[in-house]
Amino acid sequence: MSAVFDIIASAGLWAAVLRIATPLILGTLGALLCERAGVLNLGIEGIMTFGAMIGWLSVYNGADLWTGFLMAALAGGLFGLLHAGLTVTLGLSQHVSGLGVTLFAASFSYFVFRLAVPVAGTPPTITPFQPIAIPGLSDLPFVGPAFFVQTPPTYLAILLALVLAYVVFRTPLGLAIRMTGENPHAAEAQGINPMVVRYGAVIVGSALMGMAGAFLTLSAFNSFFPTMVQGRGWICIALVVFASWRPERALLGALLFAFFDGFQLRLQTALGGAVPYQLFLMIPYVLSIAALAVMARRARVPQALMQPYRRGER
Amino acid sequence: MRFERREHRPVALVIATPLIAIASALAIAGVLIAIAGAPVLEAYWRILQGAFGSRLSATETLTRATPLILTGLAAAVAFRARLWNIGGEGQFYLGAITVAWASSQLFGDLPSFVQIPLLLLFGAIAGMILLLLPLWMRLRFSVDEVVTTLLLNFVAVLIVSMLIDTVLKDPLAFGWPQSQPVADAAMLPKLLARSRLHLGLVIAVVLALVLAFVQSRTVFGMQSRAAGLNPQGAAFAGVPLGRTLVIVACISGGLAGLAGAVEVMGVQGYVTTELSPGYGYSGIVVAMLANLNPFGVVLAGLFTATMFVGADGMSRSLGIPSYIADVIVALSLLTMLIAVFFTQYRIRR
Repeated sequence: MSAVFDIIASAGLWAAVLRIATPLILGTLGALLCERAGVLNLGIEGIMTFGAMIGWLSVYNGADLWTGFLMAALAGGLFGLLHAGLTVTLGLSQHVSGLGVTLFAASFSYFVFRLAVPVAGTPPTITPFQPIAIPGLSDLPFVGPAFFVQTPPTYLAILLALVLAYVVFRTPLGLAIRMTGENPHAAEAQGINPMVVRYGAVIVGSALMGMAGAFLTLSAFNSFFPTMVQGRGWICIALVVFASWRPERALLGALLFAFFDGFQLRLQTALGGAVPYQLFLMIPYVLSIAALAVMARRARVPQALMQPYRRGER
Repeated sequence: MRFERREHRPVALVIATPLIAIASALAIAGVLIAIAGAPVLEAYWRILQGAFGSRLSATETLTRATPLILTGLAAAVAFRARLWNIGGEGQFYLGAITVAWASSQLFGDLPSFVQIPLLLLFGAIAGMILLLLPLWMRLRFSVDEVVTTLLLNFVAVLIVSMLIDTVLKDPLAFGWPQSQPVADAAMLPKLLARSRLHLGLVIAVVLALVLAFVQSRTVFGMQSRAAGLNPQGAAFAGVPLGRTLVIVACISGGLAGLAGAVEVMGVQGYVTTELSPGYGYSGIVVAMLANLNPFGVVLAGLFTATMFVGADGMSRSLGIPSYIADVIVALSLLTMLIAVFFTQYRIRR
């Protein structure tokens, strides 16, 4: 029991929680924005992979870290444009289109990476974002090193969650997005163009997914390897349900989730092989499934989610 | 500009659809190959040669097509009823490990003609069980099965990884995490001597025929289609939705589990976490390429296997990353979606 307590009382755990949570926050916000406008974006896993790859590749080729981050966002936005074209303009099944985008984006990432970086014994690396201590706050005992010595994208992700919460619930734009996700016909009657709103939400949401991937290669690790996203995208999709489509709860959900993840990693080391390590690795996935079961009934799904909108058709 | 639903679909267009889609995907991938600095036509010629140029490569392509046809059927039967089973990969692995366990611990001494059917059944049941859990969550808690089936893929691979590290570990594998081998009597007979091609291909094709018959000629086939097209309407017309979905899930999960079982019993003889290079995920593409038609799945499985096997040889000789095969297959899925759309709609100004 004392091992458990030691883990929870270590600042290292809490610093790791924020780090692990960052890609989940960005990805969940991205998926949430798409779904608020009525479009399920299952392209997330592939878009994150592509963001991770393109962000890394940009920096490897001499761009600075923020440019790499921006490239990942742009690339994500382009895949969002593809998904929007298929689901909004053509009205194809959002499930199937998203899976197509995921499969394409992931395989395209591996292809481009292999083309740009020939096979090597050790994967080439870059210098990633370094943690920045926030003056004043980082000197606080325990809380300081735990929460206020992070890499810049982590601060950005938290800020974006708060901004998105404000935009979605406190601005006319947010109202337009929510209306489009609830009832596009009513939105149109109010002079809102649901097609434009959906395109915008899917492109910006996908850009956030690209940034989520870029965090992995530019901040959490310093190299790219295939399958590094490891289902984080799907976990984000589950977290959106857990968050009941609310950005501030997405932030909390991602943090809670990251806590269990960081905790199991340390518990694994503490128990030192007494329990098969695979059981620990299962925790994030099992937890996501459990969260879905608990929250799905209570959550209020955007009513027009997954319904294609065609003008004059009901 | 707007889209208008076509009154009827010209037969020629429906037949041409997959060909147009694959041609467009090859054209787009051709641009990538050209950017990578290789002659495009030669690259495609080498893929064809790599897949069918010799007796060895042709049998290898057919061997590779076998699990793809099975996982493709698994996805097709589920998608037709709008049951989004994306968990083929996990079901594949659970089928595979169940067979390794059952043959090495339970039925190893039984003769082939008893053991093989028993093991196939066990593999299929394992796949079914893994899909019934997400289905139950959908029916009980209305949880979208896409995410649950996907997440279970990771869980299933970890379960396999754990088992082949501990209780099912082969002590003779020099410390490598691999399962105990299935009994010799459990191996599927070869179709051709001096090749890896095994009875699994026949099983897969026969199952495609059976499925085509069930879907077009039985009440259940009609009900599962109705459940997918219009659930409310189907329920009103007296289709037992829940029961139909459970049967669909059993067939779908069973086929994916069977794919894993067949792969162990036909090719490898034991299980590692590298048994499948993503057969479950490729099965989704195969099903979509086939437009969810069981006959089409056989052809689409063959196409996908051709790309995967052929790209290896092409990659070695021209220096193009073999991931181009995955890119072509994924692109085909996207172009197929668009092509199918234009068989249903026409553009009106």
